[in-house]
Amino acid sequence: MSVGIVMLVHTALDRAEDVARHWSRGGCPVVIHVDKVVPRKTYDAFVARLTDTPNVMFSKRHRCEWGTWGLVAASQDASELLLRNFDQVRHVYLSSGSCLPLRPVEELVDYLNQRPRTDFIESATTADVPWTVGGLDQERFTMHFPFSWRNQRYLFDRLVELQRAIGFKRRMPRGLVPHMGSQWWCLTRQTLSAILQDPERDRYDRYFENVWIPDESYFQTLARKYSTNIESRSLTLSKFDFQGKPHIFYDDHLQLLRRSDCFVARKIWPHAERLYGAFLTDANGAMSHQEPNPGKIDRIFAKAVDRRTRGRSGLYMQSRYPNAGWENGVTAGQYSVFQGFSDLFQDFEGWLGRATGAQVHGHLFAPDRAEFSGGQSILNGALSDNAKLRDSNPKGFLTNLLWNTRGERQCFQYGPHDTPKINWHMAVDPNAQISVISGAWAVPLFKSNANFAEIRTQAARLQKIESKILDVLRAPDVKARVRIWSMADFIEAPMEPLQVIIDEIGQKGLRRLAEAPRLEDLAGFGQFLQNLKNQGMHPYLMGDFPVDPAPRNLPDSHRKPYLIKK
Amino acid sequence: MGAWQSYQLRVQRKRWRIRAFRKRRDLRPVADRTADIKPSDILLFSTQRNEGVRLPWFLKHYRDMGVNHFFFVDNDSTDGSLNYLAKQPDVSVWATQSSYKRSRFGVDWLNWLAMKYAHDHWALTVDPDELFLYPFCDTRPLRALTDWLDASSIKSFSAMLLDMYPKGRIDAQTYSPGQNPLEIASWFDSGNYTVQKNKTYGNLWIQGGPRARVFFKDEPKLAPALNKIPLVKWNRQYAYVSSTHNLLPRGLNQVYDEWGGEKASGILLHTKFLNTFTDKAAEELERNQHYGASREYVAYAEGVKDNPELWCKWSEKYINWRQLEILGLMSKGNWA
Repeated sequence: MSVGIVMLVHTALDRAEDVARHWSRGGCPVVIHVDKVVPRKTYDAFVARLTDTPNVMFSKRHRCEWGTWGLVAASQDASELLLRNFDQVRHVYLSSGSCLPLRPVEELVDYLNQRPRTDFIESATTADVPWTVGGLDQERFTMHFPFSWRNQRYLFDRLVELQRAIGFKRRMPRGLVPHMGSQWWCLTRQTLSAILQDPERDRYDRYFENVWIPDESYFQTLARKYSTNIESRSLTLSKFDFQGKPHIFYDDHLQLLRRSDCFVARKIWPHAERLYGAFLTDANGAMSHQEPNPGKIDRIFAKAVDRRTRGRSGLYMQSRYPNAGWENGVTAGQYSVFQGFSDLFQDFEGWLGRATGAQVHGHLFAPDRAEFSGGQSILNGALSDNAKLRDSNPKGFLTNLLWNTRGERQCFQYGPHDTPKINWHMAVDPNAQISVISGAWAVPLFKSNANFAEIRTQAARLQKIESKILDVLRAPDVKARVRIWSMADFIEAPMEPLQVIIDEIGQKGLRRLAEAPRLEDLAGFGQFLQNLKNQGMHPYLMGDFPVDPAPRNLPDSHRKPYLIKK
Repeated sequence: MGAWQSYQLRVQRKRWRIRAFRKRRDLRPVADRTADIKPSDILLFSTQRNEGVRLPWFLKHYRDMGVNHFFFVDNDSTDGSLNYLAKQPDVSVWATQSSYKRSRFGVDWLNWLAMKYAHDHWALTVDPDELFLYPFCDTRPLRALTDWLDASSIKSFSAMLLDMYPKGRIDAQTYSPGQNPLEIASWFDSGNYTVQKNKTYGNLWIQGGPRARVFFKDEPKLAPALNKIPLVKWNRQYAYVSSTHNLLPRGLNQVYDEWGGEKASGILLHTKFLNTFTDKAAEELERNQHYGASREYVAYAEGVKDNPELWCKWSEKYINWRQLEILGLMSKGNWA
């Protein structure tokens, strides 16, 4: 017993010829259907070239436009011709001109001989399968589709809308349950002839002539009526991209196809010389004797679809520029922003680096330059510290920084001195962890040696800016994890909030902090705030500081780092 | 976009086409082999002036890739490159002494040639110092890409300009004809590009790289644009607007995905910074035939004077297209 091949061909006739010869050499009869759009002359030449090949026949030509009845009519005629002329055929394998047999023909014959009554046809009820692209699943059976999707798209769409609007429904012929699946099947003579010789066939054909994409449903539905043993999968390896187009195989897929263990793959790029050479000339192409298993290929193509539909988070480039809200991750990684900490603690950056192992920058958005960690002037990805370059697109600067350093946690300082344009972008980024000690900007002023009038002006300005920053961070649509303490609250018990922040950064595992950052000496700070008040500038962001003596729990200047024990 | 704006763009496109039609008179055919072009051929368009030293590698790069026919406009070369091009079997070349500036930096000339010869062909428009890369270019010919684009109903393909530079002084190593320029200029900036959207034409506007970092750090807005759309399934109704940065109709500029996904894209390796650059910059400054009052060349002349080193500690050394794809400079999209 053997398998007969039906080939539907519309382009790349020379490749189809190679494949037909290959099947024929393997002892399989072949019936070729050539699309009617192929010019007469080309067709005749093609037929003439294949006259020397035994067991190759040509069936009546139909016009095979995608999505229309022609493809089914072509399959029917070719199958009938095949069954009529080759009595030894038990299975009929439907393939296209761009299909390539991967395993030796004998293996396919053996495989099918061991399963003499099995029909391999992917066939699923429409109710359960959300495969279809474009939304027409159940509706493809219940509407009329007289217009071409390719050339009369407008009319096609309008008619669909109209039928939806008036609730038009065609009735399925009695006894049929709509099923769909890959159009590349392999059916037994019994099932196929039952379908083709069905007394009701005229009625079914008339119905399916007006179904949308009938080649994915005609045989799939009717096989359910007659087959005794359906295995619902296709023997043809065929992957589809997000628009429902088949993926194409090229020379560099050779190893992948070798390991796929499938019998037939589609679609093959017609100029893939190496693939055709490897699989058509070398009969024992080192394919192993296993059940087909296209899992390895699955992953590659699933990844491609994912890349096209979701992309890489935090990447902005020439072919990915998501609209607001569609970024699938505004930035490439999580990062921490600290406001006020480096004012309140001596060498906070060094301490944070030691405590977390993260890369800790100074004020990235400082007015004069981006203070990259370690005083570098250029960072990963050749990102420059130039303030003008940065400020021409602050969001781009931040997303670039996080893209370039992905895999390494980034921390940086921010404050009322820095460019405010970036503030909102960070606030709406779920990757941002923003911690603020409000009012801490007063500490450097307190330490400074400036004239008090100047300090007062500065304090008024900074307080105004910071209050705006806090408004943004407290807005209802903020997505960052924001923590805000007033300075007075914070220094009551500084280690607790620090521990929380560090734990959340979570670089070094959950360990207790071994070293505390050193607080600035705040003796006299309360009086300093009072002086500002006396001058009419009321600082309120730092909370309540008693004037005298120095606030409780504040360490003196000789205080040693301590451990918190639990 | 409203009907009015749409109409304005249409008028503008017609204007560029009429202008291209009028500028055809600038061009004098020197070698016309366009009769050899077959309907499925992939065509390449370029203007050049005194790039003789680059041409052997340029032609080799694109022939190996699968370009079938080259169109050159020679703008008054004095280094014998016109002769060299005229002798190539797959090159058609036109000569002109007219102003580069008044042909809108060659755009009018190439629009005309494309209008006349590229209808229904895939057309690649590049400068002699630009080497095009696309996903899988090491294993698949250019035709594999164009076939895939055809099958996916994609009409234009973007390739960002990536400035390549040597380590050390730009003029330290001498480039010789036929040499792979990437042997010298093998470094690039991997992650300092910023993107904005051009509302009128719908294209992205990308700036950054070593030129922004070194030459334009004080005026970042003036830094050169790096977005390019060099590969187009041409139709005689189309027109490039400003270099190959954007074209009309504006739908062709939609080479990026706005819903989070990545479309397939390539790279143009820009090998401008070879030892030939310093002389070229001086000459071009004098000719004043370049975009924006040649401000680019003014900046170069100043920048190159005191510190002609573009390399920095974080520069990446070029390996292959896969490296560029991992770095996020180009993408495979859903081509696998």
